[in-house]
Amino acid sequence: MIGLEHYLTVAATLFVIGIFGLFLNRKNIIILLMSIELMLLAVNINLVAFSSYLGDMVGQVFTLFVLTVAAAEAAIGLAILVCFFRNRGTIAVEDANVMKG
Amino acid sequence: MIQADLNVILPEIVLAAFAMLALVGAVYTGKDKTAPAIVWATGILMLGLAVWIGTRGTATTVAFNGMFIDDSFARFAKVAILLSAASVLVMSQEYMQRRGILRFEYPLLVALAAVGMMMMVSAGDLMSLYMGLELQSLALYVVASLRRDSLKSTEAGLKYFVLGALSSGLLLYGASLVYGYSGTTLFSGIIQTAVHGEVSLGLLFGLIFLISGLAFKVSAVPFHMWTPDVYEGSPTPVTAFFATAPKVAAMGLFARLMHDAFGAAVSDWSQVIALIAVASMFLGAVAAIGQTDIKRLMAYSSIAHMGFALMGLAAGTELGVQAMLIYMAIYATMNVGTFAFILTMERDGAPVTDIRALNQYARRQPGRALAMLILMFSLAGVPPMLGFFGKFYVLRAAYEAGLGWLAVAGVVASVIGAFYYLRIVYYMYFGEEGHEIEANGSPVLWGFLMASAAVMLLGVINMFGVEGAAAAAAATLVN
Repeated sequence: MIGLEHYLTVAATLFVIGIFGLFLNRKNIIILLMSIELMLLAVNINLVAFSSYLGDMVGQVFTLFVLTVAAAEAAIGLAILVCFFRNRGTIAVEDANVMKG
Repeated sequence: MIQADLNVILPEIVLAAFAMLALVGAVYTGKDKTAPAIVWATGILMLGLAVWIGTRGTATTVAFNGMFIDDSFARFAKVAILLSAASVLVMSQEYMQRRGILRFEYPLLVALAAVGMMMMVSAGDLMSLYMGLELQSLALYVVASLRRDSLKSTEAGLKYFVLGALSSGLLLYGASLVYGYSGTTLFSGIIQTAVHGEVSLGLLFGLIFLISGLAFKVSAVPFHMWTPDVYEGSPTPVTAFFATAPKVAAMGLFARLMHDAFGAAVSDWSQVIALIAVASMFLGAVAAIGQTDIKRLMAYSSIAHMGFALMGLAAGTELGVQAMLIYMAIYATMNVGTFAFILTMERDGAPVTDIRALNQYARRQPGRALAMLILMFSLAGVPPMLGFFGKFYVLRAAYEAGLGWLAVAGVVASVIGAFYYLRIVYYMYFGEEGHEIEANGSPVLWGFLMASAAVMLLGVINMFGVEGAAAAAAATLVN
């Protein structure tokens, strides 16, 4: 029987993978965007699992909001990335280093 | 029912509708030629809305089944947000136009960000919190990379986007845990799950994630690393905007969430926020010492100031919230004036951000140097400027809440921090003769600089009534 804790474990694992992807990856900014998406989807699994467990629809409504905003966020991220690529000619994370402090 | 609800959020609807209509209008007519007019129209509309919201009475109304709260606290924060956003917009018009970066989208994005900020401070539910926060953040990512042919600006936008999205992810994960362990997303429901001041472990985890996400938005240590780069890379008017309205909104949201949703478990979060506050104050004070770029310096300065504001929040009392609100109002006013000055710093038409360029500035422009001196003293917290009273209020709130060590740390950090503000003054009055900078800039900028400096001096008499308004606002939030 698959219970709430299984879903929460999967979501927590995906979330941690997302965070590690964000910090360990030095190669490609696209992978950063994918990691962010992974984090948001982990949150969605959490919300839907809780919603089903609690028998409460609010969690699923929240999920729909998160999905919509995630799509908008990805669009803006890609647009900024395209502008950055035009100026820099590369999208490697280690090359985003004009400013240092 | 729906009519009453819509009445409550009418100011937000007006601003959002204006932004969308003006966007369509500008696309079909003159595009960027209409930009100056739109900047002024947006600024005047925001000013009008601020007056309207400020005179809306003292009632607390709730709309959409508790998702949106309009109380004195929200109104105080909204007036501060709208006034600072309007001032920064109006200041940026001439600067951006001269450099050809004034696009008609800019004022509209600022307006939409302001709508998001107004949502944030009025949020009564995790969903409205998230929607407001994202509306603000998405607009800010775009304005950070407004200068899309500039490497620095796009890099600033990219860094802000990646780290901002990470913080949204942390916040959302916290929100999902809070929802799961309390069974509701409404703040008024969450607070009831904390019985006898005890929250369950799952709820505590959620709370920590929420605090981390919000600490990112207020640029508090250890989530501050985006601030200096974004401040340096963004066009200066955009930096001025980042330093004022979004900070007020994020602190307002922070206070709202902590007191409305977790007000029954103050001891659980006040220590966490106290640690964040102390780390922010010291990092902001120490890391700014080596900076020569005034925009980076202001970034570290804002980190330190957020530490002080969080100190008021860490007190967890009504007095603490009042002190935080007063501090943020003073902080926003000081920053508007300081950035008005930074916007005028240029040489041969190109903006200069090196503070050594201010050498001997006082000899050429005594009046303006004096205004900047007042602002720097106020930022450093030297009495009798208004900035001192802001610090005094948060220190007193922390002390009375039994956080004496935090108050002592605050005094030490502000003494360290005074060094780099005074260094700017030193350069202006006693620096070596060197490359001169021109003091151009429109009369609007000088007006804001002088007005802000005058407020810092004259405000000590009665703070223009902000004290009473902040007290009323804090009383509605903390109960």
